[in-house]
Amino acid sequence: MSHFDEACTAVQAAIDAGARYADARVVHRRYEGMSARDGDVDELNADESAGIGVRALVGSSWGFYAVPDLSDAAARAAGARAARIAKASATVPGPPVDLVPAGAGEGTWASECVVDPLGVSLADKGDLLVHATGTAKRAGADLAEGLYQVWDTRTWFVSSEGHRIDQHVRKCGAGLTASVIGDGEVQRRSWPSHRGQYGTRGWELVDEIDLAGNAGRMAEEARALLTAPACPAGETTLILGGEQLALQIHESVGHAIELDRILGWEAAFAGTSWLDLDRLGSLRYGSELMNITIDPTFPGALGSFGFDDEGTPAVKRDAVRDGRWVGVLAGRDSAAVAGLDYAGSMRADGWARMPMVRMTNVGLEPGPHTLDEIVAATDDGVLMDINRSWSIDDKRLNFQFGCEIGYEVKNGKIGRMLKNPTYTGIGPVFWRSMDMLSSETVAWGTPNCGKGQPGQIGHTGHPAAPARFTNVRVGVRA
Amino acid sequence: MSAELDLATRVVAAVRQLPGAEAEVWVLHTAQALTRFANSAIHQNVADASTTVRLRLHLDGRTSTGSTTVTTPDGLRAMVDRTVAAARLTPRDPGWAGLTPPTALPAGPDGITLGCGYDTATAQASPAERAVRVRDFVRAAGGLETAGYCRTTYRSAAFANSAGHAVEGRAAEAAMDGIARLDGADGVARTAGGRIADVDGAALGERAAAKARAGGAPVELPPGRYEVVLEPAAVADVLQQLAYVGFNGKVYTERQSFAEPGAQQFDLSVTITEEPPGELGLPFDAEGTPRGPLTLVEDGVTRGLTHDRRTAAEAGHAPTGHATPGARSFGPIATHLRLAPGPGSPPVDAGPVVDPSAAPLLGRVERGLLVSDFWYTRVLDTKNMSITGLTRNGVWLVEDGEVTAAVGNLRFTQSYTQALGPGQVLGYGTGTSVQPERWAGSWYEAPAVHLRSWNVTGNASG
Repeated sequence: MSHFDEACTAVQAAIDAGARYADARVVHRRYEGMSARDGDVDELNADESAGIGVRALVGSSWGFYAVPDLSDAAARAAGARAARIAKASATVPGPPVDLVPAGAGEGTWASECVVDPLGVSLADKGDLLVHATGTAKRAGADLAEGLYQVWDTRTWFVSSEGHRIDQHVRKCGAGLTASVIGDGEVQRRSWPSHRGQYGTRGWELVDEIDLAGNAGRMAEEARALLTAPACPAGETTLILGGEQLALQIHESVGHAIELDRILGWEAAFAGTSWLDLDRLGSLRYGSELMNITIDPTFPGALGSFGFDDEGTPAVKRDAVRDGRWVGVLAGRDSAAVAGLDYAGSMRADGWARMPMVRMTNVGLEPGPHTLDEIVAATDDGVLMDINRSWSIDDKRLNFQFGCEIGYEVKNGKIGRMLKNPTYTGIGPVFWRSMDMLSSETVAWGTPNCGKGQPGQIGHTGHPAAPARFTNVRVGVRA
Repeated sequence: MSAELDLATRVVAAVRQLPGAEAEVWVLHTAQALTRFANSAIHQNVADASTTVRLRLHLDGRTSTGSTTVTTPDGLRAMVDRTVAAARLTPRDPGWAGLTPPTALPAGPDGITLGCGYDTATAQASPAERAVRVRDFVRAAGGLETAGYCRTTYRSAAFANSAGHAVEGRAAEAAMDGIARLDGADGVARTAGGRIADVDGAALGERAAAKARAGGAPVELPPGRYEVVLEPAAVADVLQQLAYVGFNGKVYTERQSFAEPGAQQFDLSVTITEEPPGELGLPFDAEGTPRGPLTLVEDGVTRGLTHDRRTAAEAGHAPTGHATPGARSFGPIATHLRLAPGPGSPPVDAGPVVDPSAAPLLGRVERGLLVSDFWYTRVLDTKNMSITGLTRNGVWLVEDGEVTAAVGNLRFTQSYTQALGPGQVLGYGTGTSVQPERWAGSWYEAPAVHLRSWNVTGNASG
């Protein structure tokens, strides 16, 4: 089934109503999510959402309107309404809006998927979560929680510049958390990641995670944390596991290189960025080991697609090369304002939301070492992994992260387990201190990136490997 | 009967034919419009209208939930078939807490059923009406760079279940939130209420600009413990975290909450209530449970928690009307918390920099901080409510009762419950203001609060 006709109708209606550019996306999404607790299913949701969102540019102003009705009349009305909303924006107009070229006008793309996640029996999926959480509970968890999520999204995109693009993207993932309750504290361990691991893949991803095989160990480690010493406070050498480094990239690089933030378009809510466009190409962001790419073509990563939500084909680009800041995440309008010649990072959370600058897959290229080599080369430090808390300022500079588990590193060997490990710092100072980087890259998926008003939830990918940082402040506590 | 209630009863009728099925249907129509501005111009102007039908079905000891935005007969039939099929295949659900029995909604003070007194002008506000308020905000900022939004939301909801319970309600909300910026200093002003006519863009813009002008040349303070006066926006963050993971019945039944009902966990002066939603919110939750007033903390003693039917059954309490559709993993969360103001003199107009609720408190501060707003607060441990986050949109040093310098943003790592603990609250502002949540449908009402100690753990240098 195609919905190009409805999208064309909406675009034409917006043009007829005075828009100088318009685009429309028809999105049909199926979502399935199940959670289990202590060996019982807790909740199962199977949702369907379908509708059309129309974006109209009148003069220097955008308007957007969305409805869940795919009739011809509704599409036509939505297009006209988007143009009317844009006209109202002229009450407080901004500078002229230009759009950089979007590339290919027609295209089709589907993500790789070996096992259709919605084709796997609910009984099998339920048994997986029941078994895994039951195993963790029996191994000593006071609370064992597991979940999986599946998104199956079909999109038809049409623009007044002649775009006709359809995509079929399937994503899924799963995770497990074992918690234990102590005297005034909660300790927890998650597998394989806080909130689980996700990718633009089929159910084979969940099979590889092996929730049940790791459930018992998670419960045992969580219980051991209750009696472990607290992470000492002070400045030390910090080794981060790949999962935590993925979130470090997300928060202190990914959001900082969003062009809408740099231009002040998110100043009142998500915030701005410490980056100044005048220094694009010259600013030293991190050490020479730091090579960050923007890569929506990364196979199987959660932020992968064929085209972004304004029709720009997926292309891999550098954001940081040899430690120097060289690229941004951009949309067609923000790129034009900044004088850049590329876009490709505009994404929307379904049909009811307007596309905005979002991360795709923002990741760190592999380094020359292994985690074992990094530990062996460290005389005195702390190893931390699996995110537990995250906070960063509105310019994306001052961060503080907490991890689920830490270990002493003494004389090149891993020592005692440490609880409540936290670390804090300033983004560029931290990245400039990275002196060892592993080659053991995993494309971690973040399924809950919030941005925008009204709020939008984004799915982003972050290839990352363990790395070492020097002179980092650790052990911050209340 | 509203279109939403008609949809709900039709879906219940379709499922009722299944022997032994227990079904509940929640239908929500939302029309949300948001006019967003940055760099002193409207740059995103959006609206959407959607209806979502959600069916939760308990069949042969198994539970499944399905939803759809496709409300055609075929779309509804497909959702029912999908949900029934899922219920037959999933593992058993021993925690099913049954359906809400037929229950009348409470009446408001004027005798009208709560949730039906919404402001139609707000529900039907045009892009032009929102744009005018943005224009007024920008003009009142007097040339400073501005950013923010003006939002209107209309919601019409209905609930029906196979036990014969059916309710419906409507609500409208208007909110405006904006900053003014000068030389790297931001000032903020925000408001929320049931009527767009009460949203005064010029007043908000003037206040935000005054704060930004007073935030220039900030000094950097070292980490340490500081006496603080938190303005209502910052207090709203404290209430939000307590709502999410403190008073949440799911977190409590999982033994991860700090809450110990009956224990003196807060300062004697602390009273926190969950207010009836009035014209701003819907009068029942996703399980059809009516929402009434709820006391969570009274004179410093933890009294109540928020519950849906499942957590209420687990805790041996009655549900409080806080079930959220499809959000079992988050649990029941308070959405209209109010921290009671203190007695005494009325709010003082100490100029546009200081919130009128905070002004009377400054005179009692020997050396401390005046904090406008918090940002990116995250829980380190729910059991002790230790939280890290940052200040935003204005911090000032107060010495001998006077604001003496602007301060750069600070990071803190602080237990919120300890900050409000016995002997820690030095005073309250006498007025309160309503602070909008980032999502429509939630808000917090708070006075300014004067606290003995706040643990600052970092500054702009790290």
